[in-house]
Amino acid sequence: MSQPLSIAIRGAGITGLWQALTLARRGHTVTLLERSAAPFAQSCSPYAGAMLAPRCEEESAEPIIRELGERGIALWKAAYPGLMTKGSLVVTPPRDRVMLDRFARMTQGAERLDGNALAALEPELGPRFGTALYYPGEAHVNPNAALLFLLGEVEKAGVDVRLGVDDVPQGADLVIDCRGLAAKDALPSLRGVRGERIVVRAPDIAIARPIRLLHPRFPLYLVPWGDGLFMVGATAIEREDAGPVTLRSALELLSAAYVLDPAFGEAEILALGAGVRPAFPDNRPRIIVAKGYIYVNGLYRHGFLLAPVMAELLAGYLETGAIEPEVFVADPAQR
Amino acid sequence: MLQLYGQEFTSRMLLGTAQYSSPDILRQAVEASGAEIVTVSLRRESARARTGQAFWGLIEELGCRVLPNTAGCHTAKEAMATAQMARELFGTSWVKLEVIANADTLQPDLFGLVEAATVLSAEGFDVLPYTTEDLSAAERLLAAGCSVLMPWASPIGSARGLINKTALQSMRAYFPDTPLIIDAGIGSPSHAAEAMELGYDAVLLNTAVAKADDPVKMARAFAQAIEAGRLAFEAGLVEPRDMASPSTPVAGTPFFKIDHAS
Repeated sequence: MSQPLSIAIRGAGITGLWQALTLARRGHTVTLLERSAAPFAQSCSPYAGAMLAPRCEEESAEPIIRELGERGIALWKAAYPGLMTKGSLVVTPPRDRVMLDRFARMTQGAERLDGNALAALEPELGPRFGTALYYPGEAHVNPNAALLFLLGEVEKAGVDVRLGVDDVPQGADLVIDCRGLAAKDALPSLRGVRGERIVVRAPDIAIARPIRLLHPRFPLYLVPWGDGLFMVGATAIEREDAGPVTLRSALELLSAAYVLDPAFGEAEILALGAGVRPAFPDNRPRIIVAKGYIYVNGLYRHGFLLAPVMAELLAGYLETGAIEPEVFVADPAQR
Repeated sequence: MLQLYGQEFTSRMLLGTAQYSSPDILRQAVEASGAEIVTVSLRRESARARTGQAFWGLIEELGCRVLPNTAGCHTAKEAMATAQMARELFGTSWVKLEVIANADTLQPDLFGLVEAATVLSAEGFDVLPYTTEDLSAAERLLAAGCSVLMPWASPIGSARGLINKTALQSMRAYFPDTPLIIDAGIGSPSHAAEAMELGYDAVLLNTAVAKADDPVKMARAFAQAIEAGRLAFEAGLVEPRDMASPSTPVAGTPFFKIDHAS
């Protein structure tokens, strides 16, 4: 490889952690700087759905997200033993079934299940929904567990992790800026997109795969974290604050969960919260290269899916100069 | 030219800004549509805290007239509060007034609509009410101070097209001088063309473009259909008839049958 570099990474969310881990393992000397004193306290990463669902995402994302996302799953598989690889399911109430047809048309690799096949995978859903789309290659993680795991791996890889530091690093060969929405001062076209989620405990519900419930107004996803914990989320709201979940949002999310399985009526609500994800106007991730300073940002709702791929791409660029033209941006005007 | 509250517009297509896969696709769709008016729905909490400004900034960059929308309001009071915030945020007195009666069908609450339209018109708003084809509600809205009416074609997002065409025809005939805009339920360009052929002044749509496989191409398709429908209305359509009416004269043919029994 080329010369090992002294690299300072700003921001220890999902993007910064993967950059730090990948670059340290490739022999660079890495410092990871995080503004908050406690890990993840000011990050949107803990609020992620953390579904690694590149095929489902293509319903509303461009093909490049699927292509990069497939690589993302492979990188998670190689790095993280906690990865859950049971595929994902998409269902809809009977009267909105045309939405299922549209979803299948807009995505690749769906298997159409009848009620029996659905019941074989998820006994609680089979009788009620009668049909589903199944994406066998997809995966998911518990975002909190995965973040803590990555932080541990980063430290094991010899990265100097400094919490409570928000200064622009001096003396490094290269700074990699992974600050998410906080980088808006330098990247004016960046905007925040709010996502809300509720964590519930429902030990009697045995759903094992992430479920997307399609609905014209209240779309929902349910992600099982194991041990009876479930995350209920959905929203992509064009707002930039991470303030508390409104009663209306909570009602929408919880009613949708109840539609998915009425047994959620007995679930305990453990946490409600919101995070603000960074996005560029085309909702595509970018690696913006300036002299001695590189931004990795705009991962939008695909942070967990794409962060390992962005790290691979950037590490490859530092070694060989190779760029993925759909992601790399050299012109500062493109910010 | 389309005239709404003293403003003139060349395009007769109004486009909603929700549900696109990205702001970039939205921008391309608006450009392809040629729309000069775009609607923006406000969620009250973000309006109050001004935290949606990054997105609104992108909307304003489109260079269109912004028509704020009180989408999702279930009472006249909510809708009025949202309209006030919209006026402050976007610096416009225009508001698309939506008061929803029923969360399932999203049909307008005509009573709440008239109530809110009366108050807002008195406060200087230029109200574009989302209503049904009901004529008495339409008269109340005009009396309340509205000078534009926006009846649905069918429920919001249903893509069913003009499900009560007869009533929409009556409405057009009943209010010949009021700008009438079809708002909601349009699924395909042929629906939009049909509305324009009836003599409606414009069409407002969102889902049919935003959720198309290719929103930009669909925006262009709607723009052409709306223009075609308008031209057809201006040109004057021939009336349908039960018998074939040959375009070549039949005078001089030896056997000219009156009945069609044989």
